[in-house]
Amino acid sequence: MTLSVRLRHQFGTFTLDAAFDAPAGVTALFGRSGSGKSTVINAVAGLLRPDQGRITLDGTVLMDTEARVMQPPHRRRMGYVFQDGRLFPHLTVRQNLLYGRWFAPKGPGADLARIADLLGIAALLDRRPGALSGGEKQRVAIGRAILSNPRLLLMDEPLAALDEARKAEILPYLERLRDDLRLPILYVSHSMAEVARLATTVVLMEAGRVLASGPAADLLSDARLAPMLGLREAGSLLSARVTGDDPDGLARLETAGGPLWLPSEGRAPGTALRLRILARDVMIATERPQGLSALNILAAQVDHIHPGDGPGAMLRLRIGEDVLLARITKRSLSALGLHPGQSVFAILKTVSIGQENVGGRG
Amino acid sequence: MTDLLTPEEWQAVALSLRVSFWATLLSLPLGLVVAYALARWEFWGKQLLNGLVHLPLILPPVVTGYLLLLTFGRRGVVGQFLDQWFGLVFAFRWTGAALAAAIMAFPLMVRAMRLAIEAVDPKLEQAAATLGASRLWVFATVTLPLILPGIIAGAILAFAKAMGEFGATITFVSNIPGQTQTLPSAIYAFLQVPGGEAQAFRLVLIAIAIAMAALLLSEWISRAVARRISGQ
Repeated sequence: MTLSVRLRHQFGTFTLDAAFDAPAGVTALFGRSGSGKSTVINAVAGLLRPDQGRITLDGTVLMDTEARVMQPPHRRRMGYVFQDGRLFPHLTVRQNLLYGRWFAPKGPGADLARIADLLGIAALLDRRPGALSGGEKQRVAIGRAILSNPRLLLMDEPLAALDEARKAEILPYLERLRDDLRLPILYVSHSMAEVARLATTVVLMEAGRVLASGPAADLLSDARLAPMLGLREAGSLLSARVTGDDPDGLARLETAGGPLWLPSEGRAPGTALRLRILARDVMIATERPQGLSALNILAAQVDHIHPGDGPGAMLRLRIGEDVLLARITKRSLSALGLHPGQSVFAILKTVSIGQENVGGRG
Repeated sequence: MTDLLTPEEWQAVALSLRVSFWATLLSLPLGLVVAYALARWEFWGKQLLNGLVHLPLILPPVVTGYLLLLTFGRRGVVGQFLDQWFGLVFAFRWTGAALAAAIMAFPLMVRAMRLAIEAVDPKLEQAAATLGASRLWVFATVTLPLILPGIIAGAILAFAKAMGEFGATITFVSNIPGQTQTLPSAIYAFLQVPGGEAQAFRLVLIAIAIAMAALLLSEWISRAVARRISGQ
């Protein structure tokens, strides 16, 4: 599955000029509001006709302004999850979920019972959308899109209208979709936390242009992109595996840099996780520290040093196959005499890794 | 019923009901298309169409009736054509009364439907399209159910207007008992003869009863439909 997008579109003073390829998995279009993400996803869905461009999915041309091809939205088979849900108010939840089924080609597809179960909406089937909470509505909207048996799932800020608690409620379902259904997803978001948790590929957009695109782990830990991703939000993805629970409520995780402890949350041993570690939460020591309250001390190697414009610097560390970003001051950089290739210890406070930053492997 | 009313009176009531029923039913599809066009489409002459639809509301009914007579009368261009090719005659027939009633009621019907269509969120229709529904299916499964209260309201309003239509009808098809004498025409006729007040008054009561029944029915139907589509 490859979605290939080349677009040029002008409205008012805003110019969109974007090109990227989305391989299988979750491709996140990430950028600030007004960077053109929604325009791109609407063009892919066929809801917007761009001035110029070509969009193909697995070699099928969805749109090509030069060849004058413009498939209407209902022929594209894109499951679109809108920010505002858009459930049909006159239909029950079950009828909403099955709406796309009327038009989908006959054949094997996701079945209602399984999707309702996966999204935790089995008990809501006979209700009407007006009687659902925001989080429930959004899960029904996701189910409705999946059950239309789409070739690609489009999600435009599906969590943006929800509060933190509802987001935390839905994120695990999205992870399960990604891992269980193997349905390619184009995911628009301006939240780094969501992108870091879900994305396998990231397309970084700014002012109508694609600044960078590539595998999530590489792109998110690219020190040069950190200012664009937001310095306070900069961080990297670390893979870990649960090995067991300790009696004091902490779970022991194995990483390439040594053991790590997190609040247990009842995960089974063997569960693969990906942790998002914010660069500002990482401390560096040149020797294994003693008498320190922080539990997590990982052995790492300095890979690259990226001095920023201000007093800070971004350090890229290698931990086995993984990359860890650390943001420290230039003063510490020179005080410790850090240089590429050096072996160091990265220190993380257990409590600074919030639950929202712990996701399934993906 | 037959004890209450004389045969002439009963004839007038039945004719009015028949005229209003057909006037409403046959103008429904056209009304829906025009309302949809005015609500959703941009085209050349949109304001002209809007004005044309609303003209009967503003013109003196006698003018509308006279214009109908000129076009659909036996000597009228359209009237002659329809008579020759389809054997359809409007002048001095109940069909003419239905045509006059339909044209007079049309603006009310279109207005109610147009408001309902404008209240439908096009984003819902977009969502239906992404789920695989073609334009026609989107209309049938999303737009139509959502505007149903507006259609019903428009139809009942049109029916009530048709029941009460007088000026254009009497100008176009006259006041022939059993042919074109509708309820309002009959009341008018009774008031013209000495001692006809009692008969006229009975018809007035019937007119009030029918109007009230229509109003209550429309309230009841639109409330039931609104409950169904509100998503509660």
